[in-house]
Amino acid sequence: MEAATLNPQAITKMTNTAHSGREAGADRLFRRTSSVDPHVGLGAIARITRMAFRYPLRAGLALAATVAAVLMQLSIPVILGRAVDRAQAVAEAKAEPETLYRIALLLFLASVARGIFTLIQNYSAESVGHLMARDIRNAVYGKIQNLPFSFHDRTHSGDLITVGMLDLEGVRMYFSTALVRTVLLGLLIGLGATLLLSTNLTLGLLALSFVPFAGWRSTVMRLALRRTWLVLQERLGVLSQVMEENLAGIRVVRAFAASEHEITKFEAASKSALQLSHERIETRVNNTSAMTLAFFAAMGLVLYFGGRQVTSGEISLGTLATFLTFMSILQMPVRQMGMMVNGYARASTCGARLFALIDHESKVENAPDARDLKISEGTLRLENVSFAYNGNSDRQAVSGISFEARKGETVGIVGPPGSGKTTLMHLIPRFYDPAAGSICIDGQDIRGATLSSVRQAVAVVQQDSFLFTTSIENNIAYADPFTRSHQIRDVAESAQLHDSVLGLPGKYGTIVGERGVSLSGGQRQRLSIARTLMMKPAVLIFDDSTAAIDAGTESRIRTALKAYAKDRVTLIVAHRLASLMHADRILFIEHGRIVEQGSHDELLRLGGRYNDLHELQMHPSAEMLVRKEDGR
Amino acid sequence: MNQTRTSESRDPHEDGRTRMRAVVGSDRIEEEIFGRVFDGKVTRRIWQFVRPYKRQVAISVVTVVAFTCSQLSIPLLIRYAIDNGMTPDAPPGILLKIVALFALVVATNFVASLVQESVTGRMAENVLFDIRRAMFGHLQRVSLSFMDKTEVGRLMSRLQGDVNSMQEFLETSVLAIGDILLLFGIVAAMLWLDWQLALMVLTVIPILLVVRILWLTRARAAFMAAHEANSITNGALAEAIHGVRAVQAMDRASLNAELYGELVDNTLNAQLRASKLAQIMIPIVDALTGSAMGVVAVAGGLMVASQRIEVGVMVAFLFYIQRFFDPIRSLTMQYSVMQRAMASGHRLTEVLDVEVGVEDAPDAHSLGEDDDGSVEFRNVTFGYNRENPVLKDVNFRVNSGETVALIGPTGSGKSSSMALIHRFYDVQDGAVLVGGHDVRNVTQDSLGRHIAMVLQEPYLFTGSVRDNIRYASDWADDEAVVEAAIAVGAHEFIEALPQGYDTMLAERGSNLSLGQRQLLSFARALVADAKILVLDEATANIDSYTEMQIQKALQRLLEGRTGLVIAHRLATIRNADRIIVLQQGRLVEQGDHAKLIEHGGLYAQLYQLNYASFDDLPDELSDEDRTLAT
Repeated sequence: MEAATLNPQAITKMTNTAHSGREAGADRLFRRTSSVDPHVGLGAIARITRMAFRYPLRAGLALAATVAAVLMQLSIPVILGRAVDRAQAVAEAKAEPETLYRIALLLFLASVARGIFTLIQNYSAESVGHLMARDIRNAVYGKIQNLPFSFHDRTHSGDLITVGMLDLEGVRMYFSTALVRTVLLGLLIGLGATLLLSTNLTLGLLALSFVPFAGWRSTVMRLALRRTWLVLQERLGVLSQVMEENLAGIRVVRAFAASEHEITKFEAASKSALQLSHERIETRVNNTSAMTLAFFAAMGLVLYFGGRQVTSGEISLGTLATFLTFMSILQMPVRQMGMMVNGYARASTCGARLFALIDHESKVENAPDARDLKISEGTLRLENVSFAYNGNSDRQAVSGISFEARKGETVGIVGPPGSGKTTLMHLIPRFYDPAAGSICIDGQDIRGATLSSVRQAVAVVQQDSFLFTTSIENNIAYADPFTRSHQIRDVAESAQLHDSVLGLPGKYGTIVGERGVSLSGGQRQRLSIARTLMMKPAVLIFDDSTAAIDAGTESRIRTALKAYAKDRVTLIVAHRLASLMHADRILFIEHGRIVEQGSHDELLRLGGRYNDLHELQMHPSAEMLVRKEDGR
Repeated sequence: MNQTRTSESRDPHEDGRTRMRAVVGSDRIEEEIFGRVFDGKVTRRIWQFVRPYKRQVAISVVTVVAFTCSQLSIPLLIRYAIDNGMTPDAPPGILLKIVALFALVVATNFVASLVQESVTGRMAENVLFDIRRAMFGHLQRVSLSFMDKTEVGRLMSRLQGDVNSMQEFLETSVLAIGDILLLFGIVAAMLWLDWQLALMVLTVIPILLVVRILWLTRARAAFMAAHEANSITNGALAEAIHGVRAVQAMDRASLNAELYGELVDNTLNAQLRASKLAQIMIPIVDALTGSAMGVVAVAGGLMVASQRIEVGVMVAFLFYIQRFFDPIRSLTMQYSVMQRAMASGHRLTEVLDVEVGVEDAPDAHSLGEDDDGSVEFRNVTFGYNRENPVLKDVNFRVNSGETVALIGPTGSGKSSSMALIHRFYDVQDGAVLVGGHDVRNVTQDSLGRHIAMVLQEPYLFTGSVRDNIRYASDWADDEAVVEAAIAVGAHEFIEALPQGYDTMLAERGSNLSLGQRQLLSFARALVADAKILVLDEATANIDSYTEMQIQKALQRLLEGRTGLVIAHRLATIRNADRIIVLQQGRLVEQGDHAKLIEHGGLYAQLYQLNYASFDDLPDELSDEDRTLAT
């Protein structure tokens, strides 16, 4: 069953590809993430248990069925013993042969009942797990999608995938592998021991003698295996990363004739994983063999001492058979005691991580009295806006920025790398909230507006255009999935994407994204522009989103968007001055502040930073570069 | 216009009703999971990897047989003890002897299981790693055209998933031998004890087998469906994580949550169904075992009563019945494992059998210090397939120490020329000479040391900054690394990183800017200290400040080396000693800047357009040129 739902390999693969690889391994989760701090302990277990009992009917049924199944399970050795005794009694003519039929029927009914109760027990327990998984999945998904950029900046995507997939499994399995199993084992050993010990103290003690040893070895083994499994996952993560990087970078490998070097890396990663694999086999084999040995040793003792008691007539042969069969029934659950302990250990760490994520409070949220933005004039106004990452006020990424832009206006933003341009652009759609100052659209502070209405009013073409693995059509319609085909084509034409799309095998139906047809950098950016145009926002932001588009195409996009731009504020961040020199106003930003502003011509006349940059781009030559460098 | 109209009228949502175009997650490319149960070719190929472990295989088989026999004999010993050691007339001490024998069997069981599991486990692991090593090593040698057209993810699933299912197969196949033995052993032991009772009891085995097989096909479909639904849901989660910024920017969170909820519900239903199917077997098996036990109780009991059999036989039967189902279950499971392994094995052999495109000639010699840094193309014709050559009869020579800029519109054959210098591919006609030797006559390793390459996209490996700069140049010490970083102007930003040169780079160096990554790849080429530098300049627009640094670094990199640069930037081109212009696979002009301007050809046109990048208007120009030519 486990194989059907949990495929660790696939998850590992997903984690590894998402991960920077070396951090693979669930145990190292969130080590670097100050944002989520899991408290491992009983708290998580208690909470998971409460979650399970949110389905009281199924959970209760599972527990009740467990009790019934155990009772049936225990009755079978007793009935078998009776069968043996009765057979002898019939032989000695002390009983009627017909009574054998009654015993056989009893045996059959007890078996069937055991089967049915076990079915109910397992199915109910598993369905509780699956139902919990559904709830957690929805909670995790909603949380991840709504946690702000600041959270995602600090949290590795691979860690989130591990939480959402592997930790989910750990919690899902809790009810069936830990809780129900505890009840099962407790009852089986408790009732069984009472039964055996009350029947015959010596034999009972001998029969149960393997239980503590096997339970202990099993627990030790499981916990050891779990520890090494986590390390092994990490090492396999390294191995798969070595292979993956090698294959993805095969041109570099060939260019540097580095296959020897790569094979050495591979061998090292491979050996360390293999060695640990061997250790795991050793741990498993040694312990399971020891458990079997203990079991058979106890059986040998029961056979010897029981045999002597049978000979002396102290007990019947049937009683001995009852003891022996009870032992073989008990063997498997006892050996799985470790799985139960492991179930608790796993649920507690996995649960702690999951809850840490689910409980994480979002810093950018709807205010209690948040209202939808009402767009009338479409005026964007920033007043004295400052922002620092991690709330570190000494290193402000944006400080004291004020400007206003009205409908139809285009504002260009330019400045050296790291000057805070993108940060500023991320404040306007409330990806982050400013530390000081205010951003207003038509006089309404965006912090008082609902996030959803802000995001609809402010659209950003981002630097890194993530494409969803679906058709081009669906990607363009992402923001407005109810749109019509001709509208999709319209925006694609404006973004100069239409012709490229027609060149693709499936046209607008071509699947792109991670697992689809790979597009060139320029095509991706044009697709990203197209899908943003779909939004018809009051403020449209191009955040350095045309770097891979050639100047000619870019100018065609600009022309196509002339009418579109009339109805909104357009902000353009770019390195290439040609991309923004037509703007109504250009802001030159340095160290998070506006140092120059004005139209292209005004700024050239000013002869300052902007003019320097312009010179540099118009006459790129080495001599000039050297001169600039010296001049600094 | 007509075209547009047709597609519009075909569009079903033009009547005002719209279909939602939203999905989360996506279908995955599925591969055949189960193959034929047996495939001779695949088996032979895999056997090559098992053969070195023949001894271990033999030990495994012997021990698994010993293990199974010891298990089989335990009920027999119990029977013997009951019938001969516990009767009132039993000679004293016999019970002790039987128990001593029991101890011996148990000891055998212990040793056999210890040896068998550990030997088999290790062997399977070793074979797995050997196969993986062979594949990885092979992939280092196969032709780049294969690598170009094969997705990395696909190869990774060969190296991981397929190899793993092979391992599972090897591990369980030894156990399967034990299971078959156990099943037949149980049957034989029962028949030996009492054939009539055995036949009565054994009727449940075929029933069990049939039920199990009928169940298996259904259950497998349900398990696959659950697995599939789960993967799709997980895929959607991964997408939400990676694309979270896009989701928030386009305000799709609530709709996505709704769609995801549907996927989650599908998964739940599929999993519940699979779970139900998995459990349904339990009461069936229990009912069959229960009836078998009932038969023993009645028939066996009556036989005991009529003294046809001893009571110990009845007990032994009861023990055997409880073990019936185990081998049947694992054998039917083994069947699936085997099918899966064959499908995987087939894919593995496909990778192992990919042809190695470019190989060292048997008498290849090494390019050494004495060979100069010249590069020559002699009548080179080359294409990725015979029909469409991308380079046609190209001739040029680059002298040692000279810097040549290679320019031309997209698809003119620039990158292919670069690849040929490094012998990533072999020419169809003509010859490429490096240091005066035909590249086909020198070893690829020495060629790699003679030529350093900087690719358009800087590619960094996980590891420290230092490791990335040094890369394969094992001879370079830390000092050389720092020197190279200083030379290309990367030292400053490296020092500013949290752990300086020891800072670990995130995946592909995503914690560095594009410009910084480029500088690191320059430093890497500098450390390699080759006589020839081949560089494919990046086309993406970088900010002018970083651009400036890169230009300086480039000049430093080219000092004292032969340089071949696929150039896009005017600044780079103007600094070259000579310019070679390619168009549609032909060398159309070459010379220095002044000469080419004077010539008034393609280069002059490009130059006069005064674009910062030479790739900006390739299509139009080449079109224009074509019209001029005709």
